[in-house]
Amino acid sequence: MKIGLFIPCYVDQFYPKVAIATYELLQKLGCDVHFPMKQTCCGQPMANSGYAHLTTGCDTNFIANFAAFDYIVCPSGSCTLHVKEHLHDANNEALASQMRKRVFELTEFITDVLKVEMISGNFPHRVGLHQSCHGQRGLKLSQMTELNAPFFSKPEQLLKGIKGLDLVSLHRKDECCGFGGTFCVTEEAISVKMGQDRIKDHEAQKVEYITGFDMSCLMHLEGILKRQKSSIKIIHIAEILNATV
Amino acid sequence: MKNNLEHSEAAAIFNKDVKRVDWHDETLWFVREKRDKAAHQIPEWELLRETASQIKNNVLSNIHDYLVEFESNALKNGIIVHWAANADEHNKIVHSIMEKHGVNQMVKSKSMLTEECHLNEYLSEKGIDVIDSDLGERIVQLRKEPPSHIVLPAIHLKKEDVSETFHEHLGTEKGNNDPQYLTEAARLHLRDTFLTRKVALTGVNFAIAETGEIVVCTNEGNADMGAHLADVHIACMGFEKIIPQRKHLSVFLRLLARSATGQPITTFSSHFKKPRDGKEIHIVIVDNGRSNQLGREDFRNSLKCIRCGACMNTCPVYRRSGGHSYHNAVAGPIGSILAPNLDMSKNADLPFASTLCGSCTNVCPVKIDIHDQLYKWRQVLVKEGHSPLGKTIAMNGMATVLANPMVFDLAGKAGRFVMKNMPALVNNSLNPWYKQREMPAPPEESFREWYKKNGKESKAKNNE
Repeated sequence: MKIGLFIPCYVDQFYPKVAIATYELLQKLGCDVHFPMKQTCCGQPMANSGYAHLTTGCDTNFIANFAAFDYIVCPSGSCTLHVKEHLHDANNEALASQMRKRVFELTEFITDVLKVEMISGNFPHRVGLHQSCHGQRGLKLSQMTELNAPFFSKPEQLLKGIKGLDLVSLHRKDECCGFGGTFCVTEEAISVKMGQDRIKDHEAQKVEYITGFDMSCLMHLEGILKRQKSSIKIIHIAEILNATV
Repeated sequence: MKNNLEHSEAAAIFNKDVKRVDWHDETLWFVREKRDKAAHQIPEWELLRETASQIKNNVLSNIHDYLVEFESNALKNGIIVHWAANADEHNKIVHSIMEKHGVNQMVKSKSMLTEECHLNEYLSEKGIDVIDSDLGERIVQLRKEPPSHIVLPAIHLKKEDVSETFHEHLGTEKGNNDPQYLTEAARLHLRDTFLTRKVALTGVNFAIAETGEIVVCTNEGNADMGAHLADVHIACMGFEKIIPQRKHLSVFLRLLARSATGQPITTFSSHFKKPRDGKEIHIVIVDNGRSNQLGREDFRNSLKCIRCGACMNTCPVYRRSGGHSYHNAVAGPIGSILAPNLDMSKNADLPFASTLCGSCTNVCPVKIDIHDQLYKWRQVLVKEGHSPLGKTIAMNGMATVLANPMVFDLAGKAGRFVMKNMPALVNNSLNPWYKQREMPAPPEESFREWYKKNGKESKAKNNE
């Protein structure tokens, strides 16, 4: 089973430690992981801004980099969802459609494909989980509060196995943080207000760390936390799971 | 063309008063939580939503036949039916009924359609005095404001604001903010209106093809009070309000109030089937862009909407930007997918007033894929040329960089170099990110640089 590691462009540039943690974690779980060097971006920034017609270059590049792998794994719900919903190839749509089914977000790959139910380890801290919307509502990584349906949560399931990790219960369990791609600059006032409000919920639970499965939301929250000179730290779920395997 | 602030500009202004924004957000979140409680008490909730969605899909696919059936049954019942292609025709029809009866006063209960058609302004120009009888609507009417929410028209106002308004217009005591006192004042004022008006206008929640009757849902009973006391009842409806059979109400009435406010059912769900002797009922069926929307494959199912407002209450952007920032009769997520159909140029900003979080789609009682339609409208608006030139240039540049691995690598290195060595170029007031957030700290090396040295391919090479 050959796995292509799909690292979001901004994670590659700004959060290499998240990519390293993902790479190491998958290796520890026994996977044959490769990072295709010529990958760039899935094209989501353009598509969500209304310029999906400009993403063919990204699609072509993505397919060239990842076509050879059995699975494509990404430590981001949002980028995964974009590929799952929008990867196309005018010359070989059959391949694109097949690849859309082979791309997985990291935690769902661990629970659903690797069938790992628990990762044992140690992270003795009070942690709040931010449910990024595209992963949660798009990929259905966890049940959504709006629905009258049984509870499940793939990331929580993995975090619950970690010794010492005190996962808090938030007042608004799955409210958006306001990142929203280009929304974070085009609607700056609302974006920041949403982020500040999310942080208040975590603060009220006295968390030491906010974790999640999407670094973009966490980057936005981190920017606000740092401006507020808060002591709360941001950590991607891959970093928690990797530190403790 | 554009005389409104863009959503982002209006939202930024709304956000200057942090306390009020927090209050607005928490009040609507409270309604969302009530909705959750009500929805979670019914084991078959998701099945109800699915059923409602399928009934509405059937309606949209057979709308012509259902409308004809409805009209013929309504005529048999003695109702007078009018058809209006657009807002102007709708307004003229309503006015002509007033003229026919020689009446220049009207009492009106809540109708978002008449907001959409700007009926109040039209009638007022013709010298007709309209009084809105829904309490929230009356408050915003006195203030000469549009409603900011389709179910809670005055939700942007606090009781202090209402007290101020009533003091000015109804002569209540200055500074008396007691809700009961203020409601009593409104009640007395409206009682007189109900007793004297000869023409009452109401909206329509459901129009039943099978029976030719209409159903109007209110909590205040104001639609009933108006319609029962007047000689002429005018009911205005968008053509999508049709449902096939009366039994389908058992699905929609259960969903409507639970989704809207968390109540099991609206206080009044009144059926109007035939006029009493000597009285008249008129129904005005309005298109106003709906057949156009019906023809847009990606957007047609927005016409399933039953106007419960659940998508507004759950929308984190709506809660923090207020209804007026959407500059459209229907605000929030549903408004943002309906408005571009009416005028793309004027409403091009609205589909972008969302993070695409998807909560709206999940609460929608008729399962409209609201957030997917927001995404699709963005594509349409850009293709139709409603995007600023600067954005198009930036997006083209971005697309070029991201499609070329070499350029991407170089640009990344250059970007991180600038952030590290010339942070003022990034951390300045021209960068909207930096206004209230720090930029991420640029690392020494990117992941691909690390991987070149530490990845398994290079390790394998080193071991050779």
